[in-house]
Amino acid sequence: MSNFDVDAIRADFPILSRKINGQDLVYLDNAATSQKPKQVIQALTDYYEQTNANVHRGVHTLSIEATDGYELARTKVAKFINAPRPEEVIWTRNTSESLNLVAMTWAEANIGEGDNIVITEMEHHSNIVPWQQLAAKKNAELRYLAAGKDGLLDVSNVDTIIDSRTKIVAATHMSNVLGTVNPIAMLAARVHEVGGVILVDAAQSVPHMAVDVQQLDADFLCFSAHKMLGPTGIGVLYGKYDLLDAMPPFMFGGDMILEVTYETATWNDLPYKFEAGTPNIADAIATGAAVDYLSELGMDNIWEHEQELTAYAMEQMLSLDSVRVLGPQDPALRGGVISFIHDTIHPHDLGTALDQQGIAIRTGHHCAMPLVRSFDVVAAARASFYIYNTKSEIDALVNGISETEGYFSR
Amino acid sequence: MTGGTSGLNEMDDLYEAIILDHYRSPRNTAPVESPDIDLEVNNPFCGDEFHIQLKVEDDSVAQVGITGRGCAISQASASLLAELVEGKSSDEVHAAVAAVRRLLKGEDVTEEERDILGDLEALEGVRKFPVRIKCALLSWVGLDDALKEHQAAD
Repeated sequence: MSNFDVDAIRADFPILSRKINGQDLVYLDNAATSQKPKQVIQALTDYYEQTNANVHRGVHTLSIEATDGYELARTKVAKFINAPRPEEVIWTRNTSESLNLVAMTWAEANIGEGDNIVITEMEHHSNIVPWQQLAAKKNAELRYLAAGKDGLLDVSNVDTIIDSRTKIVAATHMSNVLGTVNPIAMLAARVHEVGGVILVDAAQSVPHMAVDVQQLDADFLCFSAHKMLGPTGIGVLYGKYDLLDAMPPFMFGGDMILEVTYETATWNDLPYKFEAGTPNIADAIATGAAVDYLSELGMDNIWEHEQELTAYAMEQMLSLDSVRVLGPQDPALRGGVISFIHDTIHPHDLGTALDQQGIAIRTGHHCAMPLVRSFDVVAAARASFYIYNTKSEIDALVNGISETEGYFSR
Repeated sequence: MTGGTSGLNEMDDLYEAIILDHYRSPRNTAPVESPDIDLEVNNPFCGDEFHIQLKVEDDSVAQVGITGRGCAISQASASLLAELVEGKSSDEVHAAVAAVRRLLKGEDVTEEERDILGDLEALEGVRKFPVRIKCALLSWVGLDDALKEHQAAD
């Protein structure tokens, strides 16, 4: 990993030099959102200081530059996930909006009574609730692929769960609780056999590993920029061109129309059909800068770095007898998301105590209540890693847990 | 090395000795037979959940049982609540809950109210940790609402 210099990476993230409660910040809540390098922050500033204008409208220089920047960012994202065409990349607000877009347009038009929707037990609430709502509305069936106690997706009955009435499989690529990496290509192959489509919630995978929509044969793939060094408020829906082209629009407004009369309207071409109103131009451009940053490092190098951290963290955390790690115990089967339970200290008490030591982790149900409950707990603590994390930060976490044990046993 | 105990001493206001004592040895956890009020309260954000049972006789709390799971603050608070409400009239309970809310918000609490609250003053330190206030209030709000409903139904 010649070009993977964590010290140099850390120097690009101004927030990492902050003190929290008088201690060095150890930021281990990357599955919630990542920090931003100065290159991304600069892209926002540059846009607002130099090229701010509305896109796809004017003939003036600024509008042309803003449009070029906005579309260049789309092209960068398309290349990043190996989408065949940039028009297959739709800008949304976030992963949730991307998922809802598919549920409210494609699924609305294609799912009927007696059809079924297959999701997994390890979905984020945002990939459960839209399907519950749709299934109820359409009298369709919502089916689950089980998450085993080992934290792996149980695919033993995949051929019966996904059957001739399955219209869509909506599955997370990587669990935000267990870190489990799911066999998306296999699920895609199965649902394609029965004539359905697959939607991939890639919010936790795209930031951390090389994701190739063609290799996965994903029909739809959703992710957010803010978990991959980009700004909040912008996300992506990738969809295969023919599917997107046949779908009804999601929202109506400016930019998404081709022609409007007082009576009716016709829809613009992809991707604009799905981008009603003035889009989030600045954040799209900054997402392009985030993609540049990640591409420069190399996604395979990032994955390798995080695998190393994950293996080290699992080893160190499991050396504490009081800690149980949820999900696959083999670091090779998971990404850098480690949810854990302390046998005496509640996650919230642990979260407060670690915060006092400058260490930011997530505590709670992680927007996956049914999954967390299936492990017979109501809440868990979660440490999640990214490009700028180090082994000494993991040492700080493990030491922080020990210190907290000491505090509560006084 | 990052971290260290120095940071943890800042938590002493949050985890006072009384709080830790109630957390480790919660009071009034025995189930109440044929309770007049029987409710589950939970905070889905934290995953905290408590089962609260009350026996109400002549408009006062004759018996209380609270069990559940949650963080140290929510458990200690539930235990302090269980200790406080026993033998109190509904109005006294409502007044105590109102006082605890004000205590946690940093608003004025009278000397008389402080006398009623007793050990509950230990919860005052929670207000330095605003995200934890809801942990402290969980069982209180649930019980207060249930008692009001019970009164209304009578």
